[in-house]
Amino acid sequence: MRTVLSILSLVVILASLTAACSAPQPTAASRPPTAAPPRPANPELILATTTSTQDSGLLDVLLPLFQQRTGYQVKPIAVGSGQAMVMGERGEADVLLVHAPDAEKKFMADGHGTSRQLVMHNDFIIVGPTADPAVVKGAKTAGQALAKIAESRSLFLSRGDNSGTNQLELKLWKALGANPKGQPWYQETGQGMGATLNVASEKDGYTITDRATYLANKKYLTLGILVEGDKALLNVYHVIQVNPQKSVSINAAGARAFADFLVAPETQKIIGQFGADKLGSPLFFPDAGKEDEEVGG
Amino acid sequence: MDLIVDGFRQAIALMLGLDRELLRVTWLSLQVSGSATFLSLLIGIPLGTFLALNRFPGRHLVISLVNTGMGLPPVVVGLFVTIMLWRNGPLGLLHLLYTPMAMVIAQCIIAAPIVTGLTLAAMQSLNPRLRLQLLALGASRWQMLWLLVREARLPLLAAVMAGFGGVISEIGASMMVGGNILGQTRVLTTATVMETSKGNFALAIALSIVLLLLVYAINLFLTHIQQQGRAP
Amino acid sequence: MNPPPSATAKRNGPALQATGLVVHLGGRFVLEVPSLAVERGEVLAIIGPNGSGKSTLLQALALLVPLTSGELYFEGESVHPGSDLVALRRRMAVVFQEPLLLNMSVRENVTMGLRLRGLSQSQVACRADFWLQRFGIASLAMRHARALSGGEAQRASLARAFALEPEVLFLDEPFAALDAPTRAELIESLVTVLRETGVTTVFVTHDRNEALALGHRVGVLMDGRLRQLDRPEVVFGAPVDLEVAAFVGMETVLPGRVLAQEESLALVQVSGSRVEVVSDLPPGREVLVCLRPEDVTLHAPHNGGPSSSARNRLRGRVSRLSPRGALVAVTVECGFPLVATVTRRSALDMALSLGQQVDVTFKASAAHLIPR
Repeated sequence: MRTVLSILSLVVILASLTAACSAPQPTAASRPPTAAPPRPANPELILATTTSTQDSGLLDVLLPLFQQRTGYQVKPIAVGSGQAMVMGERGEADVLLVHAPDAEKKFMADGHGTSRQLVMHNDFIIVGPTADPAVVKGAKTAGQALAKIAESRSLFLSRGDNSGTNQLELKLWKALGANPKGQPWYQETGQGMGATLNVASEKDGYTITDRATYLANKKYLTLGILVEGDKALLNVYHVIQVNPQKSVSINAAGARAFADFLVAPETQKIIGQFGADKLGSPLFFPDAGKEDEEVGG
Repeated sequence: MDLIVDGFRQAIALMLGLDRELLRVTWLSLQVSGSATFLSLLIGIPLGTFLALNRFPGRHLVISLVNTGMGLPPVVVGLFVTIMLWRNGPLGLLHLLYTPMAMVIAQCIIAAPIVTGLTLAAMQSLNPRLRLQLLALGASRWQMLWLLVREARLPLLAAVMAGFGGVISEIGASMMVGGNILGQTRVLTTATVMETSKGNFALAIALSIVLLLLVYAINLFLTHIQQQGRAP
Repeated sequence: MNPPPSATAKRNGPALQATGLVVHLGGRFVLEVPSLAVERGEVLAIIGPNGSGKSTLLQALALLVPLTSGELYFEGESVHPGSDLVALRRRMAVVFQEPLLLNMSVRENVTMGLRLRGLSQSQVACRADFWLQRFGIASLAMRHARALSGGEAQRASLARAFALEPEVLFLDEPFAALDAPTRAELIESLVTVLRETGVTTVFVTHDRNEALALGHRVGVLMDGRLRQLDRPEVVFGAPVDLEVAAFVGMETVLPGRVLAQEESLALVQVSGSRVEVVSDLPPGREVLVCLRPEDVTLHAPHNGGPSSSARNRLRGRVSRLSPRGALVAVTVECGFPLVATVTRRSALDMALSLGQQVDVTFKASAAHLIPR
């Protein structure tokens, strides 16, 4: 009996071993329709993007569509903006979808990318405890709000992870001429947006967040929206094709196809409607074709 | 507290409804960690036995390395494997990064020292005279090794459980080398982390419960085998 | 049920032979035996104090430990680096001091060696049944090895070894870890089985009585060297030197000088007395007179004619009484110390006490001279 069991388990293990060794199958959602799908020469495409982009769920809608249409197998690697940009620099990704404009401009200036196109934006909001000790509500600009927080030395939570959100936040502090790092009321979580919101909620602190993540988590939080609408709070997404001269393995064709897909009118429409049914208002605003200045990027 | 109750409810709903995504993620977790554990056994048990039964210069050094390896932070392993496997890395042409195979490799590196170290301890705990007796009974080298391994099967199965436990619950390396890609390299642990970071706590708890049940079921099976050989 | 026919056919030459055998372990000298032959069908008992190298000698002969130098011959075939050691070991069997049973049932343990050799199921079953019965553990066959007592486990180890029908059997202090009654039982069983099977046996022990009971020849190993190898009565009665004498139990050792010798009877001056000892040593030789305590008899002092056939009679005083289990060792000072053993009963009957005057007698043939 015992030997039978052992042999059985051995068989199961060997079966799984061979299964894991085989190439990953396309997912059910991304399986092409019965019509013969296009097969590009190099179907693998590595997309470096940010955790907040992935967390929003937008990619879960867009990517299967893209895969279906073009036959490209996209591997979305969700990391912090900083890491995404470095992956681009090293040629470890083919295309980037990020929202850190200053870092992106430097990226392009250094010749790491061949093309940078505006895709969409969502916005950040400043949230905080409903009691609002720093009297932030009613501030006209984000800068004013932050200044009040700094003055009153109220608790502020920063992501502190070099993500796009974090970079925007730091940019705002810099514009004030303030340097809150190291101050006891300024705390860095080093984590994603959801986690940071949680900490802020627990500790009754202020933080800057993208609207989407806030809305998704609202029912668990005791924070309210205090400041919104300032142009400086716009979070602008660009799609960047990595310079193929970096490495032979860069899938330039795939990168271009993806970028074209993102700015195509059809896709832009989908982007504009995403999340409306679930959260009441759409999470993203399509901007393809516009000038950067229009959206404060 | 209501979060945990919520989580339980969601877990039951997912499992009873045989949620497609849950099944896929669970099956991949099993495949990856199962394969990694199996490979680490192939490496660890012979290596551990060899170290236990043979004397050679530098033996102490090797054993210290093995023992250090048992405490290797998985995230460090993940980092090194990533650097090896990415496109411009030495093994880039294998195109293994962000595939389940890469996760198997990383998890194997994590589990192998654990299995080796525990096998070493298990074999060393055998009566040293036993080896002589088996030789005297006319056992060939392989017969003797087989009998010694069989004799030590209780602690060896514990080694298997330790190796498996170490990798099925591992996140850092799996995240880094796998990328947590939906439908390709997303496993229970990386999915849990992602849902937590998104703020979907109930779902994260549900996934954790599934993971715990999975680990329990496997260990139940292994423990059953282990305890069968015990004296009455 | 008769024992299955023994595997040893009638051949010439010793079963085992070693020449120039030297073993160094971990850089240290352990063993040096210039020549040793174990005759077919004999039981060779190797005795010696702890640390003398007995186990190493046994393991070397059983091909379990490599020789530093020297040659071994098994049934006339030379054992050299290219030899198939596994095949040769399969013609032998070893029983160690610990039963060293595996984590399985008694039956599975006893059949282990047979299964390793690839014998058929029926052969295995037949031999296992026979030997389990022979050693009285047939009723324990299905019990797990861990559930056995020390004696039962050692019986299993013996059954396991005999079931292999080896050409040579090695036993390394098999009863040393057992309590006295169990030990006595097992020695009984072993003596009978050895007599029945006639298998060539090398038996290592530190217990002199076991060697006497089992051995056709006795070898005394001290500090890695074989001091004496002869029939038991010779080794115990005529030890070749002082150290061997002490080990084999000659408790009375007295320096003396041969005064005269005639027809193998020597007159020896020992301190102020003269004793007669059977010996061929010439006059003028310095010697040691050795006596076993059991060969020295105590009598109540009495003058007059001989009351025993012993040629030697001395008078002295009891200087020491040491209980030894069922016996009492009595040291008598008669110008020099003589040690005698009496039963406790006798001690009581004679009302032995310190300072008491007694007569001691011993036969000339019981004493032994070692030239100095």
